[in-house]
Amino acid sequence: MPRYAYRRFPYTTPPELRGAAGRRWPVVVVGAGPVGLTAAVDLALQGIEVLVLDDNDVVSVGSRAICWAKRTLEILDRLGVGERMLAKGITWKVGRVFHRDRELYSFDLLPEAGHKMPAFVNLQQYYVEEYLVDRCRELGDRIELRWKSRVAGVSQTGERVRLAVATPDGPYTVDADYVLACDGVRSSVRQLMGLDFAGQVFEERFLIADVVMAAEFPSERWFWFEPTFHPGQSALLHKQPDDIYRIDLQLGWDTDPEVEKRPERVTPRIRAMVGERPFELDWVSVYTFQCRRMERFVHGRVIFAGDSAHVVSPFGARGGNGGIQDIDNLCWKLAAVLRREAPEALLASYDEERIRAADENILNSARATSFMTPKGPVERLFRDAVLELAEEHAFARRLVNSGRLSRPHHLGGLTLQTPAEDPTVPMAPGAPCEDAPIATPDGRRWLLELLRGGFRLLHRPGDTPPRPVDGVPMLVLGRDFEDLEGLVARRYALAPGATVLIRPDQHVGARWPEFDPGAIRVALARATAGVPS
Amino acid sequence: MNEIGADRLGSAADDVYAMLIEAHAGLTPEESHRLNVRLVLLLANAIGDRERIRAVIAAARRHPRDPSQRTT
Ligand SMILES: Cc1cc2nc3c(=O)[nH]c(=O)nc-3n(C[C@H](O)[C@H](O)[C@H](O)COP(=O)(O)OP(=O)(O)OC[C@H]3O[C@@H](n4cnc5c(N)ncnc54)[C@H](O)[C@@H]3O)c2cc1C
Repeated sequence: MPRYAYRRFPYTTPPELRGAAGRRWPVVVVGAGPVGLTAAVDLALQGIEVLVLDDNDVVSVGSRAICWAKRTLEILDRLGVGERMLAKGITWKVGRVFHRDRELYSFDLLPEAGHKMPAFVNLQQYYVEEYLVDRCRELGDRIELRWKSRVAGVSQTGERVRLAVATPDGPYTVDADYVLACDGVRSSVRQLMGLDFAGQVFEERFLIADVVMAAEFPSERWFWFEPTFHPGQSALLHKQPDDIYRIDLQLGWDTDPEVEKRPERVTPRIRAMVGERPFELDWVSVYTFQCRRMERFVHGRVIFAGDSAHVVSPFGARGGNGGIQDIDNLCWKLAAVLRREAPEALLASYDEERIRAADENILNSARATSFMTPKGPVERLFRDAVLELAEEHAFARRLVNSGRLSRPHHLGGLTLQTPAEDPTVPMAPGAPCEDAPIATPDGRRWLLELLRGGFRLLHRPGDTPPRPVDGVPMLVLGRDFEDLEGLVARRYALAPGATVLIRPDQHVGARWPEFDPGAIRVALARATAGVPS
Repeated sequence: MNEIGADRLGSAADDVYAMLIEAHAGLTPEESHRLNVRLVLLLANAIGDRERIRAVIAAARRHPRDPSQRTT
């Protein structure tokens, strides 16, 4: 029995089925999972009106995402739910890897202080969706959420997209300038459009259990290869709020998922792991994992994001985190195109940037899953040799792969970024922005809280006095904010005069050792797929 | 610190591991075995230093565990 109290969201008959005229929306989002809801909030905060259609009327059911990475937390903080996630979630940054009963090594994902958000927060997906729905309701004049509304048809012209929607009251159609298909791994929109979803399935089954127990395990990620409590397989233990632990147990390909889900099968396996302490099963599933992606994410006026566009195995927590980073990348571009501030060509950069990010996520997730589930005797020999050598040798510990955890993608070398004169400079064009503690006249703040709402220029005074360029707000170190611990100057390598152009999604777009308005104008045009004014 | 096992692959570690696995794709166990032998000889030559190779062989021969305890 799940501990979480699922509440049904109210379905109401849409205006189109009450005899009222339907309206045309700038954006319709299909799917109210974490990715679609994030998109709705992001667009609404940029003044775009959004309709969200979801075939269900409840948040995510069962054991799904729990680990939310620093970059995701920063994005969701910009959207107004980050602090709530931090307050409820379990903060962690240390992972330990065991072979049999011995610890091989541990890693620290955020050894340095001076960031608002931690390396990771563990929080059940249903809470994240609940908080995002609450946030949508706060922005209620710009977001309409329609539950029990299944998209059953898609057609587009060069001008608009038309969706056929099925509801308990019957079908209707709705028109949109753009549709975001955030309808998950079995995306109806993708299937209705006859689009491919190529990739690889891992021939392995994993038991994923959420277990309620009072235990004193620290807030760390623990991973075992071949533990004595689960011989020959792998196991993962993660702490969640509400005294719930996530346990992943590798089962082998020859097991029967229906049988393995039965409590009389699950309980002894968990018992072997957690010992005599009392526990209760909150949810149990058996999964087979896959890594796939669409060839392209932008199809005319229909744009795919999240699991509909790419799916990974969960070792590394790159699924939901990757999807939310899609939205961060997409929404400022889409808003600029809808406001006619940028040409439609800007959307092509979403494909360029997020396909490369998806490939990085797929590569890392696939490698981790392969390491856990070696295919064939030779791969197993290599894997086992790495584990054997890892006790003694540092190089082999580095090869042990229990999941390479989600990190933001570096956009260096892609079209929108202006290459730096010195390519070895830290925080080079394409780098995700780092946080740092600062002070403004309002008190202590964080740098990432200032880098919101559009393009920004970060500048440290030098010989040339800065002035605004094309209306882009300047953030001058020492004038607009105080660099409390010197971390802004250090993390951004800001020598006097240095100027950094920061994109709305908090990635470096360009940088210069001096303040050069002409160069800034050219870089700004490039970053919005436009021509310099 | 054990010098032979010090990490020299750095951020390329996962790529190198994947290259080794990839090299065996589609081979029978017998062919893999032969490939591994060729690899050892070529890597020994790439190291090119008898005393280092001696140390590598010694490290590889040190079994952290008695093989009879293995479960797989
Ligand atoms: C065991 C497990 C563990 C995981 N752990 C992590 C983790 O720790 N961290 C992480 O980042 N990710 C993790 N993931 C991945 C994560 O759950 C997904 O990446 C994430 O849910 C994707 O979000 P989404 O919004 O794209 O899709 P979904 O969450 O699948 O949402 C899609 C929505 O679209 C709706 N929909 C579908 N079809 C239609 C239609 N025709 N019309 C209208 N609505 C429709 C669905 O009802 C649903 O609400 C894990 C996944 C699994 C299975």
